Amino acid sequence: MDINPVQYEELELLLSDLYKRYGYDFSEYSKASIQRRVQRLFTLDKFPSFAEFRYRLQNDSLYFRRFVEEITVNVTEMLRDPSFYRTLRTNILPVLATYPFIRIWHAGCSTGEEVYSMAILLKEAGLLHKSLLYGTDINPLVIEKARKGIFPVSQMQKYSENYIQSGGVKDFSSYYTANYHLAKFDSALTGKMIFSTHNLVSDFSFNEFQLILCRNVLIYFERDLQSKVFKLFDYSLENFGYLALGSKESLRFSPIADRYRQVGREKIWRKVHEAI
Amino acid sequence: MKRYELLVIGGSAGSLQVILSLLAKTGDDFPIPVLVVLHRNGIFESSLEELLSIRTGLTIKEVEEKDILKPGIVYICPADYHVLLEQDHSFSLDYSERVHFSRPSIDVTFRSASDVYGPGLIGLVLSGGNADGADGLAYIRERSGLAIVQDPLTAEVPYMPQQAIFRMQPDFIVPADELPFFIRGLFHK
Repeated sequence: MDINPVQYEELELLLSDLYKRYGYDFSEYSKASIQRRVQRLFTLDKFPSFAEFRYRLQNDSLYFRRFVEEITVNVTEMLRDPSFYRTLRTNILPVLATYPFIRIWHAGCSTGEEVYSMAILLKEAGLLHKSLLYGTDINPLVIEKARKGIFPVSQMQKYSENYIQSGGVKDFSSYYTANYHLAKFDSALTGKMIFSTHNLVSDFSFNEFQLILCRNVLIYFERDLQSKVFKLFDYSLENFGYLALGSKESLRFSPIADRYRQVGREKIWRKVHEAI
Repeated sequence: MKRYELLVIGGSAGSLQVILSLLAKTGDDFPIPVLVVLHRNGIFESSLEELLSIRTGLTIKEVEEKDILKPGIVYICPADYHVLLEQDHSFSLDYSERVHFSRPSIDVTFRSASDVYGPGLIGLVLSGGNADGADGLAYIRERSGLAIVQDPLTAEVPYMPQQAIFRMQPDFIVPADELPFFIRGLFHK
């Protein structure tokens, strides 16, 4: 066990190095969480000293790539919080159906499980043919995985249960082909998805959407950065569009709160006024 | 006399009863915040806060990210998130990998709280069937915090307090029925 943990002063030096060298700005990430992830990587890769860790990151861009992959949290699942997806089915998709073309952005989509979940919902609502789903993440490795649409077969039972609880009535296994321990999802779903790297800290709005989902990403950001990202979402959302957050996240203290109304009990907000 | 600033309680199977009686008997003027990391199994998903509220005069609150800890409030970790503490004594939530098959994990919160509170932290490990909490309690002890373990002989599921005792030397091993009195005693001059 590390009784001499990575100190906050060291962490700040490191993050400042990375910003200068690679342009990735982690300075407004919640400190406790990033400290824990940096500590974990530092221990895992057995660096004899923090100085050596810092030196390696400064001088080895491949190792920096590993840093980004390991520091970001990539835990996700399909149809997590089934009641959330049930609300999407019953309250949100019927509204989106009235648009000639539907654009959805999954910000911080990790390996893409939520994007595939949404595509299944859209297909069942008869809307997939006129939809485009954008999945973005800071981490290029998870984006590559998301594009493939291949997930462990071991997860399918859980996902199938989530699917039924979310109001699904089909056989969940009809959406994938199982091969040994892997499940490859239907290419008709993947065909409507665009995956790309995007850094919520530094990158701009790239389109206008009717629905933006960003679940369990903002919990890793400090308040000022959260506000900045909320403004980015607001700018990227059509009037009367929807913003969906994780089950412990809220728009409540954000600068855009007064122009949004919560939809029922789920963490979904509708934009009711444009910014003045 | 040492000034304690936060009590963190880690419990798993068989710990709910101990937590209930501890909170019921500490009085409603407990001088520091309490943070409860309980492995939930879905049964008391929503009723846990209610259940505790009925039994104690203390305010029971589920942890919300960026909330700043206040004395006299008992904070409960939400199901399926790790809870971390920031230098400004506010909470962060974290949805990363399970630790000891658990999210929230006691080790994760103990370590993070110890980084912030050091000698001002009290860690308490209760009944459970899991090794979570042992490393975290050792970490608290290394940083001069107070390490307390429920006496395994009085635990419904003794494995977790036993693991803590194997792993490290706690300051106190206290029988379940004496815990409320013991904890209260830490604050009497």
